[in-house]
Amino acid sequence: MPADHVEWIRREGRIVIVGASLAGLRAAETLRAEGFTGELTLIGDEPYEPYDRPPLSKAALLGMASPRHTELPHRREIDAKWRLGVPASGLDLSAKRVRLADGDEVEYDRLLIATGVRARPWPKEAEARLDGVFLLRTRDDATRLLQKLKAGPRRVFIIGAGFAGCEVASACREMGLQVTMAERAGAPLVGALGGVIGAVAADLQTENGVDLRTRVTVTALEGDTSGRVRAVHLSDESVVEADVVVVSLGSLRNTEWLTGSGLGAGPRGIACDAGCRAFDFRGIVTDDVFVAGDVARSPHALFGYQFLSLEHWGNAVAQAETAAHNMICRGADRRPHLWTPAFWSSQFRVNIKSVGVPPMGDQIMITQGSLAERRFVGVYGYQGRVIAAVSFDNNRWLEFYRRQIERGAPFPVEFPTMDRRPEGRQPVPADFPDPSLPTHGPTVTLSGYSPADQQLVFTPARH
Amino acid sequence: MTQAPLFRQITDFANRADPYPLYTELRRTPVLHEEEGGPYVVSSYYDIEALLHDPRVSSDAANLAASEDDGLGMGDETGGLPPSFLRLDPPEHDRLRRIANSAFGPPHQPRRIENMRGELDGIVTGLIDGFGDAREVDLVDQFAYPFPVTVICRLLGVPREDEPRFRSWVDPLVATLDPDTRRSADPEFVKTAQESRMQLGMYLAGLVEQRTKEPQDDVLSDLANSRGPDGAMTMMEVLSTAVLLLIAGHETTVNLITNGMLTLLRHPEVLGRLREDPGLSVRIVEELLRYEPPVQIVPQRTCITDIELRGTTIPKGSRIWLMIAAGNRDPERFKEPDRFDPDREDIQHLGFGSGIHSCFGAPLARLETQIALSELARRLENPRLVEDPPPYRPNAVLRGPRHLNVAFDGLR
Amino acid sequence: MRLVVDLNKCQGYAQCAFLAPDVFAMHGEESLIYNPRADEEQRERLARAVAACPVQAITADGLDGMGGSTASAPEASDAR
Repeated sequence: MPADHVEWIRREGRIVIVGASLAGLRAAETLRAEGFTGELTLIGDEPYEPYDRPPLSKAALLGMASPRHTELPHRREIDAKWRLGVPASGLDLSAKRVRLADGDEVEYDRLLIATGVRARPWPKEAEARLDGVFLLRTRDDATRLLQKLKAGPRRVFIIGAGFAGCEVASACREMGLQVTMAERAGAPLVGALGGVIGAVAADLQTENGVDLRTRVTVTALEGDTSGRVRAVHLSDESVVEADVVVVSLGSLRNTEWLTGSGLGAGPRGIACDAGCRAFDFRGIVTDDVFVAGDVARSPHALFGYQFLSLEHWGNAVAQAETAAHNMICRGADRRPHLWTPAFWSSQFRVNIKSVGVPPMGDQIMITQGSLAERRFVGVYGYQGRVIAAVSFDNNRWLEFYRRQIERGAPFPVEFPTMDRRPEGRQPVPADFPDPSLPTHGPTVTLSGYSPADQQLVFTPARH
Repeated sequence: MTQAPLFRQITDFANRADPYPLYTELRRTPVLHEEEGGPYVVSSYYDIEALLHDPRVSSDAANLAASEDDGLGMGDETGGLPPSFLRLDPPEHDRLRRIANSAFGPPHQPRRIENMRGELDGIVTGLIDGFGDAREVDLVDQFAYPFPVTVICRLLGVPREDEPRFRSWVDPLVATLDPDTRRSADPEFVKTAQESRMQLGMYLAGLVEQRTKEPQDDVLSDLANSRGPDGAMTMMEVLSTAVLLLIAGHETTVNLITNGMLTLLRHPEVLGRLREDPGLSVRIVEELLRYEPPVQIVPQRTCITDIELRGTTIPKGSRIWLMIAAGNRDPERFKEPDRFDPDREDIQHLGFGSGIHSCFGAPLARLETQIALSELARRLENPRLVEDPPPYRPNAVLRGPRHLNVAFDGLR
Repeated sequence: MRLVVDLNKCQGYAQCAFLAPDVFAMHGEESLIYNPRADEEQRERLARAVAACPVQAITADGLDGMGGSTASAPEASDAR
């Protein structure tokens, strides 16, 4: 890429960002912050300016926030053209044009795709349309669900015990509602954190009065004559009466609009290189198309160059910043996206945080605290290395473990730590389910693999 | 002439007024170990921050190989009281701190500090009014000391008029925190400290007993009657917590306020801006916590295993000094670190520590100092330093002026 | 005023919950919940909270004139 072309793009190029949520907004801000003075267009399928989603399953349901008012603060002026409420419907790579659902076309010189994910709907369409059946992904979803919950339903049924499902269960219990939660796996959160931690999450649910049903699937949602949901049928042939059903079956990546475009896009997301440049379907990197956020999957040096798809808030921010930077700089100044994965959840007043990639771990050690007290740090190991850590109400230590992960520190953790209990002296199997079986909402999807040196030293940028 | 080891120069009283050149020198060797049995001195921002979050670094006095006694440290033989949570590790630390927090802050007492704001304003106004017609005051004795003492007494439920009594016990305890004093401590000194701690404990025991029978809206009552998921504190735990809160609740804030006024008088343009805009006090206090932190050194850590840091192995059981004030001026972390600049974008200081032992009373200290500085700026007409540098307290850990004489033309 | 907290950075020091209790609340020992849309009357308290956050995790807009810029949060995450 000739340098003067990059200069031209910086000065007067046209950049289009498809996806007007967290990643799209942060990318736009970064472009401006780094000196992009050309034309900037943000396209979003929802009619709202970028808003924050995590509060929708927590603060909003707990009455601390309004689901209509979680708009993200802007770090700076972005002086953009907004095309909100119109989804992108197609991409012409050779003509460099994005097609919109309303028939319009928008031309770009560089494109950032940040279309994210959507909630996986209940697969039986007629049942999904029953009154009282909800998804929880958008602010409209949250507004409707909250209204229904406030009306005092007799029982809320949650399908899927991933993070979102568990958070909704927690909020419902705080509202004093009866809750049943069904999960295909043996415990909540197993896809993200494994069976050892899942057992703790299960206790947390049941002790707080959730009727937790594991190793079952929902076979049917039953409606009454006026089209309202009234009961849920399970694979163990039990029937639970419920007037609210929250479908929390993880997410689908918003890539359908790219079908036939020639990009390497599919159900697992859009493959890109470590610099956020999209691959085409031949596996050749493109020059002008970049990807960031939940919809991207990119190789990570720390995790064996596996392609990681991270549905993490922090990944959306960090990857958007890197993508934006790389869009308007010369090749030698590009940065790799090497963010160490991290996420949080809060349920039943317990703070759950994680760093690294737990599902890569095959063993776990509780290095501080105890599972029984629900205050602990668990460390995941993979092929002799520390690969991830999770904390329950013990988050101030996680920084230490993040550094251990980044250094490829040896596992098992041999050195002593404060508050090490007898249960934490030996590693045990982390007990992740077979990755070929679906679970609800693992927060990291691993796909693709390149053999790599396991002894690499990872030196993250300091702020 | 051979130079004394750097860490001894830092604790040497002769260098109290300006230890910062020594800290600069210290940072040249990020992990400095100068003499057999001496401390491993860590002075760069990132290293300090890492060790504050390192589960191999203990605060438990019992883990110190060469455990020396000090008053706040509360070694188990000191004054018969068990160690406070400041000198304990998890899980005991966490349990006691959670119970103490349930008497002090969110989630159980979300508004206890917020609700004191009016009272804090009133105390400050009263103290400044009390300057009367004077045209010169000792800001330490007449303001920066009595203000936080009054506040911590109200908060805990200790009668303000008892201050002369408990001060005579607190002073020897605080003196033992100074590493230099401690080295030269004769048995008599240690004995006095132990007796002081016991006396202070017995004094507080009387109050706690009374609060057990007749609870009031104060922290002592809540500590004495805590019955949360963590159970109750024992009487002895209540007492060592109360001793800690009483002492820590004012011995550090007095220095923050005094260092603050000293710094503002040395930077009249900032003082002038504060007079016009009391809201600036928020950022001034954060920058002060970086630039002149009231706790300069955290000298009470040790490692429970060998730790490798910047190519140096710190052997298990070694005493580690975390040089907070040096880290706060680490040029690797802050641009122009020696400049006092409340407008700096990034003031993520170590002034209140970090990790599980981060300052318990931080929100109170912040509010107190914000109000104190903005009111002093607003009300003192043409204030100026009478002597610069002012005389300092002997302590190298809790560093601050002993007196700060300020002249002014009148009160607004 | 809009705000967002980078809850990856947040370590539950609760300074914001002390200083602006109508905007921030601790939910349990170390989980923070907050109102992302603070009322105008919370301006001063919000500014105190933003400045006091020991990990500088709070980004707010509309705080101009409160003696400084807003903090920014370059990284964070959530499992949704």
